[in-house]
Amino acid sequence: MRSPSPAPPVTLDTLVPGEAGIVEGLEGDGPVDQRLRDLGLVPGTMVRTLRRAPLGDPTEYELRGYRLCLRRTEGERVRVRRELALRAPDSESAA
Amino acid sequence: MSEAVLRLGLVGSPNSGKTTLFNALTGLRAKVGNYPGVTVERREGEATIEGRRVVMIDLPGTYSLTPVSKDEEVVTRLLSGQLAGVPRPHALVAVADACSIERSLLLVAQVLSLGLPCCLVLTMVDELAARSGALDIPRLERALGIPVVGVIGHRGVGIDELRRVLSRAESWGRPPILPPVDAEERAGWAESVLSHVLHTRPGRSRVTDAIDRAILHPVAGTLIFAVVMLAFFQLIFAFAQPAMDGLDHAVAFARGWLHGVMPAGILVDFLVDGVLGGVGSVIVFLPQIVLLFSLLYLLDDLGYMARAAFVIDRVMGSIGLEGRSFVSLLSSYACAVPGIMATRTIPSPRDRLVTILVSPLMTCSARLPVYALLIGAFVPARRVFGPLGLQGLTLLGLYLLGSLSALVVAAVLKKSLFRGQGLPFYMELPPYRVPTLRLLLTQVWASARAFLRRAGTIILGVSLVLWALLHFPQVTAPPASGPGEAARFTLEHSIAGQIGHAIEPAIAPLGFDWKIGVGLVASLAAREVIVSTLGQIYAASDQDDTTSLRQAIRRDVHPGTGEPVFAPATVASLLVFFVFALQCMSTLAVMRRETNSLRWPAFAFGYLLALAYGASYVTHQVVTALWS
Repeated sequence: MRSPSPAPPVTLDTLVPGEAGIVEGLEGDGPVDQRLRDLGLVPGTMVRTLRRAPLGDPTEYELRGYRLCLRRTEGERVRVRRELALRAPDSESAA
Repeated sequence: MSEAVLRLGLVGSPNSGKTTLFNALTGLRAKVGNYPGVTVERREGEATIEGRRVVMIDLPGTYSLTPVSKDEEVVTRLLSGQLAGVPRPHALVAVADACSIERSLLLVAQVLSLGLPCCLVLTMVDELAARSGALDIPRLERALGIPVVGVIGHRGVGIDELRRVLSRAESWGRPPILPPVDAEERAGWAESVLSHVLHTRPGRSRVTDAIDRAILHPVAGTLIFAVVMLAFFQLIFAFAQPAMDGLDHAVAFARGWLHGVMPAGILVDFLVDGVLGGVGSVIVFLPQIVLLFSLLYLLDDLGYMARAAFVIDRVMGSIGLEGRSFVSLLSSYACAVPGIMATRTIPSPRDRLVTILVSPLMTCSARLPVYALLIGAFVPARRVFGPLGLQGLTLLGLYLLGSLSALVVAAVLKKSLFRGQGLPFYMELPPYRVPTLRLLLTQVWASARAFLRRAGTIILGVSLVLWALLHFPQVTAPPASGPGEAARFTLEHSIAGQIGHAIEPAIAPLGFDWKIGVGLVASLAAREVIVSTLGQIYAASDQDDTTSLRQAIRRDVHPGTGEPVFAPATVASLLVFFVFALQCMSTLAVMRRETNSLRWPAFAFGYLLALAYGASYVTHQVVTALWS
């Protein structure tokens, strides 16, 4: 399932709707990061971007079988590796 | 052992179906309060299960037991038995939505780690099956080592089995090994548990996906949001009006009837003006409150409120609040009391407190009688632009002034007193569901009852004190005066009248005389009381007929100068005063209850009084300068 040439890590908020990524880690160890981990954003978790709110923020994500809305400021704390194989169906899929 | 009361704590995330389950087990007998020192709702209910008394403690919905705020610490301390005055539960019932079990197990792991006897209730198992998901409950029991019961809360399926399980809390199994504490290891633990229980992740809910495509569409979604909010606002005003008028007439009829059957004197005055007048002026808001809560709960139970918060979050975020604050501020347009009660859905304590503190600035319906009197009497009914009249525009201006001030104050509070990073923002968009009528009625009734209880206690008490202030000491008017003059004479010499005279120097810069002063003192109970008080002062023949009061205040002149008492600058200043000042006992009482302190209602009263005084002073100066 892993793409052969891993893309450099980006932050979760940069994934556009339809894109997915695997969590690499969080920005720090403060209470906000602690809570994001408790919500299931731990390394290895697959996160898919579903949609942005009409005004562009927050964004709805799907992970661990549920959906979660996060603002850009929280999304920026989550480092993810973009999963090329799991892009939207119309985009080019990696072999 | 079966004699002792069993205390069970219900733990689960928001939207897990925890409250539905709580209601199904305890019926309507929930006791609602606050935990000591914090704004965390405390809900307990008693039930008799298999012949033994059980106290169910509905803990606040949470995604994690690792506290990141003072409010969340309360739950942690309660569960470890360190909360003074609140006994530790004997056992815990973890509640999890079967459809999002992958996430819920992260919380279940934390619950298990507490070391208390524990069982797991999986809610919405019907939805799991409908979305072709699967989960083997006996296997899950074996994997976790604790009892697991699947229920369909709103239909009562599985509740009997759950009761049997709950009654045997002492013999529940314990997990052989406690789950790990670290978040990352916990996630691994949850994955390994699920791999042993034939778990199939449910597919997306097609209905929810289809509705969301429209409701959250960049263009259509914004339009739908605007339409829903306008309709919400309009319904609260338009539909509640006939019922409110009806109640108003009923109160007026009761007052007239009492006057007719009882001999004239202090007792009948007391009953008619003190008791019925005071409580009646608050009871008339009941239809609006019931309607508001019905709509609010309906939209919330359907799943729209979460979407509304999602749509508007960015706007609210720009002033430091979040989407859920918008919903409660909107409710405050009808009445700040339900608006403040609706802040319970805001998870961040700071955001919740700021929302509570600015709610009184939203133009509530109690201001309307005051605005109607002053605008009706002094603003000419002239067309300005198409169907828009000057009176309507003035009213709109007052609404806008209040709303914009609320946003500015919220932004200032978030940048000063409530600075710093709080909780991260996160919320879930639950699947759309059609709520049962029973659930809806339960919620509405609980809110209406809370309102009525306040009307019967605090507001009654304050009304009686005010009545006494307006009627004592009973100085008899000179014999030559007519009945109207006599009433006015008595009022001028009452304690309230003397207070009016005493505060006249303080309010003179705003353009107010002692009579308006008395009205302001009386309106501390409720804003619209100033209308009936001015009515008494002007000895209008019929207090409820504002037409005659309108004429009376238009004609009134200062005894010395012959200048009108209600000069344009005074009217403008008084209107602005009512935009800001927190003259409402009910709001203060509900603030006291919801923030669990006297400090915040005192702060709100103080800052709004300062704003009111300052804004009125400026308005008076500006209008005086412009007019001459």
